[in-house]
Amino acid sequence: MAQNITIALAGNPNSGKTTLFNALTGARHSVGNWPGVTVEKKEGKVKYKDHNMIAVDLPGTYSLSPYSLEEMIARNYIVDESPDVVINIVDASNIERNLYLSMQLIELGKPVVLALNMMDMAEKRGYKINVEKLSESLGVPVVPIVATQKKGLKELLDKAVDIALKNIKYSPNQVNYGKDLEKKIEEAIQMLKTKTNISKYNLRWLALKVIEEDEVVMDLLNLKPSIQTQEELAVTGDELLDDYESLIADQRYQYVSSVIQKCIKKPKDAALTTSDKIDKVITNKWLGLPIFAGLMYFVFWFSINVGEIFLDMIDESFGALGEVAEASLEAAGSAEWLISLVVDGIIGGVGAVMTFLPQIAFLFVAISILEDSGYMARVAFIMDRAMRKIGLSGKAFIPMLIGFGCSVPAVMGTRTLEDEKDRLASILVVPFMSCGARAPIYILFAGIFFPQYTSTIVFALYVLGIIVAIFSALLFKKTLFKGEQTPFVMELPPYRFPTLGGTGISVLERVKGYLLRAGTVIFSASILIWFILGFNFTGMVDMEQSIGASIGNFMAPFFKPLGFGSWQAGISLITGLLAKEVVVSSMAVIYGLGEAVGEAAMEGDVMGMAGALKAAGFTGMSALSFMVFSLLYLPCVAVIGVIKKETNSWKWTWFSIVYTTLIAWIVSFVVYQVGSLLGF
Amino acid sequence: MPLSMANPGQEVILNAINWGPKLKKKLQDMGLTPGVKLNVISNNTNGAFIVNVRGSRLVLGSVVTQQIMVEMA
Repeated sequence: MAQNITIALAGNPNSGKTTLFNALTGARHSVGNWPGVTVEKKEGKVKYKDHNMIAVDLPGTYSLSPYSLEEMIARNYIVDESPDVVINIVDASNIERNLYLSMQLIELGKPVVLALNMMDMAEKRGYKINVEKLSESLGVPVVPIVATQKKGLKELLDKAVDIALKNIKYSPNQVNYGKDLEKKIEEAIQMLKTKTNISKYNLRWLALKVIEEDEVVMDLLNLKPSIQTQEELAVTGDELLDDYESLIADQRYQYVSSVIQKCIKKPKDAALTTSDKIDKVITNKWLGLPIFAGLMYFVFWFSINVGEIFLDMIDESFGALGEVAEASLEAAGSAEWLISLVVDGIIGGVGAVMTFLPQIAFLFVAISILEDSGYMARVAFIMDRAMRKIGLSGKAFIPMLIGFGCSVPAVMGTRTLEDEKDRLASILVVPFMSCGARAPIYILFAGIFFPQYTSTIVFALYVLGIIVAIFSALLFKKTLFKGEQTPFVMELPPYRFPTLGGTGISVLERVKGYLLRAGTVIFSASILIWFILGFNFTGMVDMEQSIGASIGNFMAPFFKPLGFGSWQAGISLITGLLAKEVVVSSMAVIYGLGEAVGEAAMEGDVMGMAGALKAAGFTGMSALSFMVFSLLYLPCVAVIGVIKKETNSWKWTWFSIVYTTLIAWIVSFVVYQVGSLLGF
Repeated sequence: MPLSMANPGQEVILNAINWGPKLKKKLQDMGLTPGVKLNVISNNTNGAFIVNVRGSRLVLGSVVTQQIMVEMA
């Protein structure tokens, strides 16, 4: 039995670590074209020849001096967990900056294999990379790969195994930091030899960290930062490099430049690449925002209208399924209640949510294309000015955009923010971004009450979500999280054509997630709803007397000023906490119109759902108010859970619950009352 | 002069970053070490700059560009 080999995948943000991880392990983690897609380490098994390997995908980082939470995760793993081999993914088309991290990884003392990724891009740009020479200069194996096309993976794994099992000699070359610094490093090494608790670390690396006065290392060694600086600094003899940190960074880059000169022939830097030219238009001061708004509108218009084409099919099949189930259950002599549970509860509840799958799927397609093309990073940039006014940087807008898909990864995505206060403020506002689960509610209600303007209403709701999020962030930054503004620094990835494979995977994964929820959460919720609507403590009763109706009636006064004070609306919103789609399931079960939901939404159907909703007191204005409330009110249990996990505080979790509900009530109140006053 | 005064198409050389150690380190790690050449790609972009540093495109917010001292190449 061969031993397990642990491989860590490390590299700059957006260099293709997750793409390689997916290619190696067959996993399907989401990849995107912006820095910071991966914020957690992920493990996966790789079987190669007779070897069992564990690959660990780490968040991207520019250096081993951690700056934000996710960079810290990467560094801690490599430093403390001692993987057998580190595969350093290097973006060949951006090699200078990437090799800077490579030098540090080599310094760390763990065996490194360089995977030269995106060789196709580099070649397109006219780079001629002499791989053998590069390997010789660095003293580590270098393997050219194209992770998206799974090219070079065998060679890469061969080398990784050879290094891990010490089949080939590993003798890396170190950066020479120049006379002064090397002396300093030697001094630090001598000092470190007197320490006892550091046997697992590489001394030279530790010495460099001591000179840089890295906080974590200083803590570990019980050292205090020195205040010597000024006269010592004169030692460097260069006024520009006024401290050791700068000197170290500078020497490292000089070393990298010298390696590159030896091994790579670059054409003269073209003035502007195609990517730059596109950015001149897309990130333009005046055009940036209108283009973003236009694109978002197009996304909703596209997903709603194209999705509609497929809607009837699903709608009819659930209708048919209901009839078949009913007939066969009756034939089998099942009890009345069982038939009702299956047909009205399960098929009705789950079917109502499933009906909207086509629209949601097309929404996912559009979002995935935007992500993979590199546009996401541009939006962060375009929004920077607005975000700066509220005291956050444009970078905080990326988790908000992820929130259009689902709030759970969005809350986790805030890890890329360096400042703890900014991160907390972002976690609290992210749930206002309308997630995919809320879309069925809008499509249903807007379809019935505003059939001519469905896309416009949906678009307006998404915009309202952004506005409330930004307003709340402003409020938080002015009151709870006063602090200095975080400077905005971000790498802009080049635009890429979304590939069918890449975009396809993220769409499939999202659709699968939606189906899984339909099969689990929404399935169970539908049974629960059917039960609480059919029973009270005395047994089976009319819906009006059921537990559900009682709860709804209890909540109704709270919603009355918002225009939807019926028990049906109350209980739907309560059950929506399980998952927001459940609001639609509840409506379907309540009105017994599971399979007709889609039809109602698309045709403004007066007889079915529409009639029932109107009979329950819904008007255009109260429907609008209901949609606004659904958008803003407290997030589903999954999100509440992740907020607790990421803030590590019940206080902030409760704050989020109370705050979102309060805001939802106020905004819906204003919408309904002002709308009614204006006579709508 | 501060980077914020440079114009698109210009090539400048970085002199100093007037910022606390943490951000300075981050910028250096991303390639902004003293003496490096920066190509200004665009500044018609909400006060922030897009520059070409060592072949990668960095966005630098307006607060940052005011604190990065450069000279014309």
